[in-house]
Amino acid sequence: MNNIINCLVENEPGVLARIVSMISGRGYNIETLNVAPTQDRKVSKMTMVVPGDAHIIEQVTHQLTKLVNVIEVVNMTNQRHMNRELILVRVASRDHVNRSEIVDLATLFNAKVIAVQEDSVTVQMVGNQDHVSDFLHLFEPYQIMDLSRSGVIAVGREVAAAKPVS
Amino acid sequence: MKKEIDKKCEKEHPLRSGAQCVVDGLIKEGCEVLFGYPGGAVLDIFNCLYDAPFHFVLSRHEQGAVHMADGFARATGKTGCCLVTSGPGATNTVTGLATAYMDGVPLVCITGQVPLSMIGNDAFQEADVVGITRPVTKHNFLVRSVDELPGIIAQAFYIASTGKPGPVVVDIPKDIQRQMTQEPIPETVQMRAYKPHIEFKQADVQALAEMIGASERPVLYVGGGAIAGEASAELSQLAHRAEIPVCTTLMGMGAFPEDDPLALSMLGMHGSVAANYAVDKCDLLISVGARFDDRVTGKISEFAKHAKVIHIDIDQSAIGKSVRCDLGVVGYIKPVLTALLAILPAKSHKEWVARTQRWKDRFPFSYPASDKVIMPQFVIEQICEVSNGKATIVTDVGQHQMWAAQHFSYTRPRSFLSSGGLGTMGFGLPAAIGAKFACPDDLVVCVTGDGGIQMNFQELVVAVEHKKPVVTVILNNGYLGMVRQWQEMFYGNRYSGVMTGQSNRERLERIELGKEFLPNFVMLAEAHGACAVRIFKPEDVAPTLKTAFESGKSWVIECIVEPEACVFPMIPPGHAVTAMINRTV
Repeated sequence: MNNIINCLVENEPGVLARIVSMISGRGYNIETLNVAPTQDRKVSKMTMVVPGDAHIIEQVTHQLTKLVNVIEVVNMTNQRHMNRELILVRVASRDHVNRSEIVDLATLFNAKVIAVQEDSVTVQMVGNQDHVSDFLHLFEPYQIMDLSRSGVIAVGREVAAAKPVS
Repeated sequence: MKKEIDKKCEKEHPLRSGAQCVVDGLIKEGCEVLFGYPGGAVLDIFNCLYDAPFHFVLSRHEQGAVHMADGFARATGKTGCCLVTSGPGATNTVTGLATAYMDGVPLVCITGQVPLSMIGNDAFQEADVVGITRPVTKHNFLVRSVDELPGIIAQAFYIASTGKPGPVVVDIPKDIQRQMTQEPIPETVQMRAYKPHIEFKQADVQALAEMIGASERPVLYVGGGAIAGEASAELSQLAHRAEIPVCTTLMGMGAFPEDDPLALSMLGMHGSVAANYAVDKCDLLISVGARFDDRVTGKISEFAKHAKVIHIDIDQSAIGKSVRCDLGVVGYIKPVLTALLAILPAKSHKEWVARTQRWKDRFPFSYPASDKVIMPQFVIEQICEVSNGKATIVTDVGQHQMWAAQHFSYTRPRSFLSSGGLGTMGFGLPAAIGAKFACPDDLVVCVTGDGGIQMNFQELVVAVEHKKPVVTVILNNGYLGMVRQWQEMFYGNRYSGVMTGQSNRERLERIELGKEFLPNFVMLAEAHGACAVRIFKPEDVAPTLKTAFESGKSWVIECIVEPEACVFPMIPPGHAVTAMINRTV
């Protein structure tokens, strides 16, 4: 099972390396990773998707919490939350028919065509984990020339869970 | 006008070099002895050390310096300090840091680094020390400005000594050591993310008391955390209040006095029969600062399978990591036990204790006695007897380490110092020297083998030149004994790459006569300025030990022991207690 883990860390050089090396050093995996500063420039939020059962995720959470630069670790999967991922996909389009099929499919997902070239269409799609995987599944029959994913980001839904970053 | 303000400011906060900030920081943190080795990237710090009020001790290899600081810390609970140069100086510390990290030993290791502007240029003696040491330290710092240096030194000591202790590396580029700052040493350390002051939950302690109350066959399983947490007195009270037998891990030896009737000695792979039986049959296992290492548990699914399991630990991640957990109490051991004692009624487990006593009587640690050849176990017993059980024992890793754990009766915390987690050969001698610096009035005995001693023999000079006498007892069986034992038991006697001595070889393989002792440890020790003797007969053991213990000098006693003695009992790796092998006659 994939778990979305939000990790608030001090925005300092080397912190990303610490987190990644801890996770890989203990034999866990990171499927996607997104890092950016929060409203407080001294704090960054890292969002990781880590596959594993409850025991593994508990260990990852505790081991992360132990790191000196880590402020807070939240397993978003355990609580009401919203998650999104942005993907950019460039699909080969041979002719008009093929192109309109791709555009139709994109429209169904509320995705946006952001570039059209002679041989390809580039689509931008934003959605939660389920939507993204459905979308990619439906695009499989087409020839995907390039795919970039931002990695999942997530925020909590509960008022109490939205702890102020201080 | 501005000049005047600057002057006033300078009076309150004098301008200091980065190097001076390091030395001042060490003084502020109460550093008594700094172990280390100089080099190009730390020349400025060494220049300031010239006037420092604490001792600097020059090791002969950087690994030795870290182990010395480690031994100092284990013997006292204070943070050990060491200082080495960049590149190879720093990389040589890695084994020492990993050793301290695995066993939760507080250390601060300062490393020099090439100037900031040259980092990443493959400069002379450059290594990515923060990158290399990241997985083997609790935390590390690369100092990027001289103004942050005083704060970082204070933080390093704070991190090393609080929570679950561990080693911290501070990597300081050479140019920063030379730059000037007015930044004072902070009075208190405030860190945004690191909050080691964990409050345990009273409800957990209540539940703990209730589970003890409901238990008929409880066992305390005590690890190194009880020693680091200075909780021996509380532990003893708890054991007696509720009449609970106590077994300890290798790291926990001495946390509970082994001459106590409730003591079951060590558990695990080479633990006592009584300790392992008790854990197997108990209905409540209370882990106190132990981490369920695989050498303790063996086959996880069979470990304490009839018991409810309670974990008490400062490290949340240690709770339930490998063994199921019915109750986890996160907190410092001492306050948790104190709170427990405040509510725990007295209770008797007479029958259960009598049962464990029968196991103790029936299956003590034993070995086939001999009046012809020195049995290695016999040497340990004699060390205990001749020193009246008062020696501090420091070991390397292998068979001698297990015998030292089994056959010496430890009665006080910090009297058995050993590399438990990482299992570092070469730890013994330098750690013993560090312990002797920490406790100069104690008798410090390094128990080692012919393999381990050769990994850091050069440090013997340090004990001699500083008049910090350490008695080193080499149990020489001509083999890397523990590996040989595994090859004997699990690889059909195919001894591969384990012969260190000459005497066990085929005759044709031996070198010419007169060189049967290679290296000649007696000559080697004498070359380092220590007294030395080689003994072969059991009756020589006690008198030789007595002479060495009373001499006030550094001694190396080489005991030529039974070459193929094995450590028993033994639970083969990955097996349950039922697979225990105990060939003792």
